[in-house]
Amino acid sequence: MSNIKIDIKTVQHIAKLSKLQINEAQAQEYSEQLTKIMGFFDKISNLPTDGIEPLVTPTEIESFWREDKDENNYTSEEMVANAPSRQGSLFKVPPVV
Amino acid sequence: MEITFSSLKQISDAIKTKQTSAVEVTKHFLSRIEKLDKKLNSYVLVNDQAVAEAQLIDDKIQKGEKLGLLAGVPFGIKDMLCTKNLRTTAGSKILENFIPPYDSTVVKKLKAAGVVVLGKLNQDEFAMGSSNETSFFGAVKNPWNTDYVPGGSSGGSAAAQAARLAAGTIGTDTGGSIRQPASFCGVVGVKPTYGRVSRYGIIAYASSLDQAGPMVSSVEDAALTLEVICGHDELDGTSSQKSVPHFASKLNSDIKGMRIGILEEAMKDGLHPDVEKTVQNGIETLKKLGAEIVPVSLSLIENSIPVYYLIAASEASSNLARYDGVRYGFRAEMRESSATLDDFYAMTRGIGFGAEVQRRIMIGTFCLSSGYYDAYYTKACQVRRLIKNEYDEAFKKCDVILSPVASTAAFKIGDRITDPLKMYLNDIFTTSTNLAGLPGMSVPFGLSKERLPIGLQLTAQAFEEQKLLNVGLALENASSIKKEQPHVI
Repeated sequence: MSNIKIDIKTVQHIAKLSKLQINEAQAQEYSEQLTKIMGFFDKISNLPTDGIEPLVTPTEIESFWREDKDENNYTSEEMVANAPSRQGSLFKVPPVV
Repeated sequence: MEITFSSLKQISDAIKTKQTSAVEVTKHFLSRIEKLDKKLNSYVLVNDQAVAEAQLIDDKIQKGEKLGLLAGVPFGIKDMLCTKNLRTTAGSKILENFIPPYDSTVVKKLKAAGVVVLGKLNQDEFAMGSSNETSFFGAVKNPWNTDYVPGGSSGGSAAAQAARLAAGTIGTDTGGSIRQPASFCGVVGVKPTYGRVSRYGIIAYASSLDQAGPMVSSVEDAALTLEVICGHDELDGTSSQKSVPHFASKLNSDIKGMRIGILEEAMKDGLHPDVEKTVQNGIETLKKLGAEIVPVSLSLIENSIPVYYLIAASEASSNLARYDGVRYGFRAEMRESSATLDDFYAMTRGIGFGAEVQRRIMIGTFCLSSGYYDAYYTKACQVRRLIKNEYDEAFKKCDVILSPVASTAAFKIGDRITDPLKMYLNDIFTTSTNLAGLPGMSVPFGLSKERLPIGLQLTAQAFEEQKLLNVGLALENASSIKKEQPHVI
């Protein structure tokens, strides 16, 4: 798989999935860069890993439970304080339907 | 009292015994920032409440109240860590106006110990970078030579600490982001075991790899800071419940009989001669101190870069999905009334994220997408287990592994930023530590011909930070760089 090519069309598809608006010039640049990067990353494809359990978190997680109670009593004002646009204590977005 | 070069303990003791005051110490560092940071760009924000917060510590002293381990000691905090009512950006345009309503657990613990937050430190955007050149707020410069990078992603922390623009700093490390800049700027940096330090309130990059840790001027300062920031936190589901040792009081530079593993793969071709010499000097030093030197091998280490980047990018693509321009952060202006909800998100994220962040989101999205998941993400996680297994084998033969932090000292600003893959390859010796969840450390030990610092990396088994610190102390005592000063100080 080391001849993997991430062409402009693939980049545009990935950008769409990633919710990233990019222009033609960016797509061209990302295509070249990602092809090179993924080509290099592909070297792991030849390593024998049959039957190896994937490691998704590095240490044994000692699971613990905490009581489900509300402790952080933020005000609605605090919660919307960072909103780019708001109306009272509500988040405001442009009409998008 | 001499403040600039004092240890954290000396500063705190002097404040507690009223030889100086928290306000005086804070003002001292603020004036240093004012005077010197124009040359470095290490701070993205100076806390205008710092003096007022220091005054609260002095008030406590006046009233004879109980004080924490770091009472009155001013720290700079990497901008990945949320600070209540103090802007936190992760070095990104998308968070350029974000003011958290809460403190990250690390900052909460530091404040509880009496730390005064001086300000927020520059970094690569979302900690994605190895040179601090991807920051929305501009590159940070290396205090030893301002033509050079300070390393990354915690470049602001490393530069500020090296130039003594804080008594101590905090960085984060996902694939080397504490250890590599610590090496490049000649400071001590510790990445704790995964789970040792709570990730609550630290802006998430790659959740199975991220850890915060101290970037300070000495091993003793690192030990003291670790005592404060480590410990169980019920707000982080991966937080360890193991008790935290008194790292500082248990510091012991007597390493006689300790087994130090030398990473064979790291000593092959490709190391810069100055780095190789520094590692050899480190080995000789430890030998003289009575340590037993044993060769160890991590045959898969060259695969740690693909494995790390595939996993980190996958996790990042998911973690960064939250930046949608609705609840906080940057929002693109919508000009066309026909735009859809997807257009709204895509415009915001297209402008709000820089190129390196976009690349990693796309790599991650690609790896996790239908048809590629098993070939990339699952495969990377399988190799991750094999790398961890190799570490387990290596630690049957030794207590601590010694290796370079990076194959070179700091490189020039602009040298690698145009070639992302070249930048990634820089992380060859640091990423495997995060993949295996182990504690790692960088201790300043040598200087390159260009008079740039070179650190040595130490790695230990999970939760064995004390061993790292003890070997680190032994190296520090013999370090040739101890008496050297950066250019900007």
